[in-house]
Amino acid sequence: MATAAALRDEPAAQAAAPGDFPDIGDYALIGNCRTAALVSRFGAVEWMCVPNFSAESIFAAILDRDAGHFSVRPVEPFEAARSYVGETNVLETTFRTASGEARLTDCMTLSPGETGSALYPQHELLRKIEVVKGELEVEISFAPRPAYGRKRLGFASRGKLGWQCTHCPYAAFLLADVELRHDAEQARLVGRATLREGDVRWLSFVYDHYEACILLPLGDAAQGRIDRTIGWWRDWCARCQYDGPYRALVVRSILALKLMTASNSGAVLAAPTTSLPEEQGGPRNWDYRFCWIRDSALVLHAFLSLGFVEEAHAFLEWLLHATRLTWQRFQVMYDLYGETKLDEKELRHLSGYRGARPVRIGNAAHDQLQLDIYGELMETIYQYVQAGGTLDETECNMLAGVGRHVLRLWREPDQGIWETRSQPKHHTFSKAMCWVTLDRLRRLAGTHPIEVDCSHLARECEIIRAEIESRGFHEGVSSYVAYYDGDEPDASLLLLARYGYAKPGEPRMQGTFEYIRKTLVQDKLIKRYRPERSSDGIHGGENAFAPCSFWAVEYLANAGDHERAKRGFERLCTYANDVGLFGEEIEWTTHKPMGNFPQAFTHVSLISAAIALYERKTA
Amino acid sequence: MTQTGNEIIIILIWGFAATAALSGVMFAAQRLGYSRLSLPFLIGTMFTGERSSANAAGLLVYLMGGWLFAFVYYFVFASIGRTGWWLGALLGAAHGFVLLVMALPLLPHLHPRMASEYEGPGGDRTLQPPGFLALNYGYRTPLTTILAHAVYGAILGAQLAVT
Repeated sequence: MATAAALRDEPAAQAAAPGDFPDIGDYALIGNCRTAALVSRFGAVEWMCVPNFSAESIFAAILDRDAGHFSVRPVEPFEAARSYVGETNVLETTFRTASGEARLTDCMTLSPGETGSALYPQHELLRKIEVVKGELEVEISFAPRPAYGRKRLGFASRGKLGWQCTHCPYAAFLLADVELRHDAEQARLVGRATLREGDVRWLSFVYDHYEACILLPLGDAAQGRIDRTIGWWRDWCARCQYDGPYRALVVRSILALKLMTASNSGAVLAAPTTSLPEEQGGPRNWDYRFCWIRDSALVLHAFLSLGFVEEAHAFLEWLLHATRLTWQRFQVMYDLYGETKLDEKELRHLSGYRGARPVRIGNAAHDQLQLDIYGELMETIYQYVQAGGTLDETECNMLAGVGRHVLRLWREPDQGIWETRSQPKHHTFSKAMCWVTLDRLRRLAGTHPIEVDCSHLARECEIIRAEIESRGFHEGVSSYVAYYDGDEPDASLLLLARYGYAKPGEPRMQGTFEYIRKTLVQDKLIKRYRPERSSDGIHGGENAFAPCSFWAVEYLANAGDHERAKRGFERLCTYANDVGLFGEEIEWTTHKPMGNFPQAFTHVSLISAAIALYERKTA
Repeated sequence: MTQTGNEIIIILIWGFAATAALSGVMFAAQRLGYSRLSLPFLIGTMFTGERSSANAAGLLVYLMGGWLFAFVYYFVFASIGRTGWWLGALLGAAHGFVLLVMALPLLPHLHPRMASEYEGPGGDRTLQPPGFLALNYGYRTPLTTILAHAVYGAILGAQLAVT
């Protein structure tokens, strides 16, 4: 990712001492579309869940230094630089020491599909260390800790089959061509090897949950698996139809999104991590390993706009069918397979990232009333139909049910897009999205057999609009406001133009943009709202919620202020980490990623902003 | 129908039921995390490297094997002239024990996709070998395997009458 790295122009980092938490931006994501791993720039895998994204972790050093890691790095002090191999999700980290230079290649290999004669494990994390200059000593430390770090494993040598993890609830093997020894005291495998120019060593961590493990050979065969994985990602990326500006960041964003898309259900995760804090040491730590209905419109827009129709279709299938358990009421979020019970728990045994506690799993916001999600759902389906998709009878009935549900509920106060844990309010954005729900349903009913009374929907749309314009707009500040009869700003109102409630250039939207700019901009970034003025019921502060700044760019582009939008977008791009990834938030002053990482909502907002910039300029 | 015909049908019916029960216990042990031993998977992977086909083919062969062993059990009961669920369970436990100590450790030499600790994985040989008592598939594997076979034997012992 030359773009982000070049714009940032930051010296390569020195390796942190063992025990220190790397910055969140020091991680890069690899995966196989069933689970993912975060690899630090210091050569350590510090987050990975098995058998899928939302399951318990096996490596969780990102949340507690003793909760599991898999590290490969030089013994002597080093500098590290890294990048993905072209347009793929295969990561290369280059270590430079006083005596030599080594390249570490990390990937989760992809199976050859159903045509091969050879068996393939459920997951393989393959690591290749190769000395490209001089000589250096590398150190390996393999310390899996299942169940979020609660279990310490033993290891049994299986001869040429490598090391099997014992006392483990599933089959896990490490096969390496480096001599390893069992450090029983620290429940890990360790080893050192002095390598000279041209020397290559392999480490293959394989996992199978229910059946006998499949062990894969090292050497040329392992190189073949890396090549095949690189080839798969390149072929996938070749389908990208975007040829506008900032292509590198757009492609990196869609690659990250693909990594967060569960291949066996089509669901798209909000992020592959839990409890990375919104501010250093703060308590706003949430589990994002679920699928938010709210993200759906932007996710589908990203897939469709870039030409990934298959992914868009799979996602829509998930959206329409995995959510059946709660029809016609939709939950705020579901797990990968549509599971609705996502009770929140605290993992008190974990220290948290740099002491940020509590570490939470599950998400208590899952059963909140957030009315805006129906608007995003209906917009997603509308986009899908506009792109040539069709709806069957069951889906039409479901949409009619959603319409009836929203007609019943839209007058109720809710927790709003920001999932506040305080008293429900009449949030303006939620009401506007109810308008979007009924408006899109009315349009869909024009082309599909959806049993709704279109004139009734039109009347309700008018009533909602009249209410928003009188109580959700404050004449004194000339802006739409966060909730009825108040004067608080809210960055989500930038999306009113995106969802077609208001036109970008019209005075009330211009006023809203200016009010947000005056009140919510800090350090050239936009915060969601003013937590000091409108209590959200959650302790602690936060940094800049990254998608808001991209929404502002998109708003400006759609309002015709191309130059300002372009400057804003380019500045935001410099806040990506060195491999082009964004987290949920951007830290004030340092502009480093904070919060769960990487975050799908940020990346789809980036894609949407880039497309708006490109399309408006072309238009 | 002749008496022999009736006996064959009874053996086939109860052989199927006993195999289903055996598979049920083994499958439950797998899903509950007690063991990773799946005999249908091990058998199926002798024929194909594709997981779902291997499981399906393995289950079919396994069912045939279950029927075949039902006849073996019948002949054992007939040769000693008595039957009963406890005798069947004992025979089943012995069957499971032999499987664990003799048959499974031999697999790396017979199975075309099974790796061995002496040669490591290579080519198509990538499947983890079971090891002594199939302990490589989890330390509770001997217990669950013997229990499953005891259930198989107990059903046959309880249902097959010998003259």
